[in-house]
Amino acid sequence: MYHVSGGDSMAEEFKPGCARPTGGPVGSEPVKEDAVISLQDESMKGGNKSMIMVGKKAPDFTAPAYHRGKFINVTLSDYLGKWVVLCFYPGDFTFV
Amino acid sequence: MSAVADRYSEFQDLGVEVLSMSVDSVFVHKMWDEHELSKMVKGGIPFPMMSDGGGKVGTVYGIYDEDAGVETRGRFIIDPDGNVQGYEVLTPPVGRNVNESIRQVQAFQHVRNSKGSEALPSGWKPGKLTLKPGPDLVGKVWEVWKTDMARD
Repeated sequence: MYHVSGGDSMAEEFKPGCARPTGGPVGSEPVKEDAVISLQDESMKGGNKSMIMVGKKAPDFTAPAYHRGKFINVTLSDYLGKWVVLCFYPGDFTFV
Repeated sequence: MSAVADRYSEFQDLGVEVLSMSVDSVFVHKMWDEHELSKMVKGGIPFPMMSDGGGKVGTVYGIYDEDAGVETRGRFIIDPDGNVQGYEVLTPPVGRNVNESIRQVQAFQHVRNSKGSEALPSGWKPGKLTLKPGPDLVGKVWEVWKTDMARD
């Protein structure tokens, strides 16, 4: 039995097409199916590998997500006013 | 991610929203949740499992491994103002400790609720001694705080 996530009400559901849905940092080119994404901000390109700073803004992004049987778009800034724990991991079906 | 899902109600009680992200597609997330994770955690993963194909978001956060094409184990605590208060990044073979994530959230929430008037020494967890930095405490921490207080 879980609480209903606060993210439910603010996220927009989407219908997937044949391409893999992708997202990206807010402010970069909108994501289109079958489009090659180009990032506007030079710092987002491969050359800059610096770590973000604690105490500074978390970079905003929009990304497609699977959530309780639905596909939704998640935007980090929709969670302003709440604490967020954001967990990256290497891959589904890996072992740890 | 099942270990985080297992403690999800504790995160919710702390007012924390959990988000996970990997380079896998949302279709694979669905299959992983249905075929494996839901067998480890009742009801499956309760929080949004985000997809970052190409690692664009992971690159901005500094945890995308371009050579391997995957994101490393980066865990970020973001406060209600959208500021990153802490992060931990591990290479893939070692899992995180959810206890430590919860402890750090509790600590940052305590500091925020004190409006920055309190500081939390090493190993702090709820109930342990806090410090109130000020001129009187300079050079006197040794009188009130002992290193064994950092232990569990």
